[in-house]
Amino acid sequence: MLETQTYTITRADLVRYAAASGDHNPIHQDEAVATSVGLPGVIAHGMYTMALAARAVSTWFPGAEVVSFGCKFTNPVVVPAEGGVEVEVAGEAKEADGLTTVALTVTCGGQKVLGMPKAVLRA
Amino acid sequence: MPVDQSLVGRTFPPTAPHPITEEQVRDFVAATGEEYAGGPAPATYPIVLAFDAMNAFLEAESIDLFRIVHGEQKFAYERPVVPGDVLTATLTVGSLRQIAGNDIIGTTSEVTDASGALVCTTSATLVHRGPEA
Repeated sequence: MLETQTYTITRADLVRYAAASGDHNPIHQDEAVATSVGLPGVIAHGMYTMALAARAVSTWFPGAEVVSFGCKFTNPVVVPAEGGVEVEVAGEAKEADGLTTVALTVTCGGQKVLGMPKAVLRA
Repeated sequence: MPVDQSLVGRTFPPTAPHPITEEQVRDFVAATGEEYAGGPAPATYPIVLAFDAMNAFLEAESIDLFRIVHGEQKFAYERPVVPGDVLTATLTVGSLRQIAGNDIIGTTSEVTDASGALVCTTSATLVHRGPEA
């Protein structure tokens, strides 16, 4: 049983992530640009949410080697100007042939934001 | 304007060698609310190299970054990234489709180390939102 992890994302986190990752797309920082391309507001980098999913996996399986990791970005995580938004990461693990496959469920406000997130680990 | 169909199958020049420092990994880890305790970089760290390649690709094709949203991302790892690595990414455009005024661009970037050995393969689907979308 993997304990569901809850993380809060703020606009300040997105600014730090942009600097650290090199993804300076303004849709992750500037409300006017985001809405101009039809987004509901400033959204988290998909890779930010995916990094949180990876963080949960490394919390559950410390030190495990990751063989593969992938997901679709199916719904945007809208991050408000004030406060933050919570993202929940749940997981289920199955073992086969020396590999552990973790099927994740990543939600924001009860809605799935990643499609088929899955990590394969060598424990 | 739709993205040029002749891009499919094209491989772009390798990005400039990118030395990975502990400080860069620490900043990346801190941005997602954790403290870096040394050792391998997190699983999504190779996106830093993929962004180098994607930014060069978007610039070469005069595609506006703000019209791009990320559709899908996959990593297949040969080994984790560690500080001290000097990494390069080489991007290939694998597919291009137009759906409802948007371009769906499939890219694969191979991340290699200073010896030329493959570190990981990253596949990204980029959605280029048309002005009317």
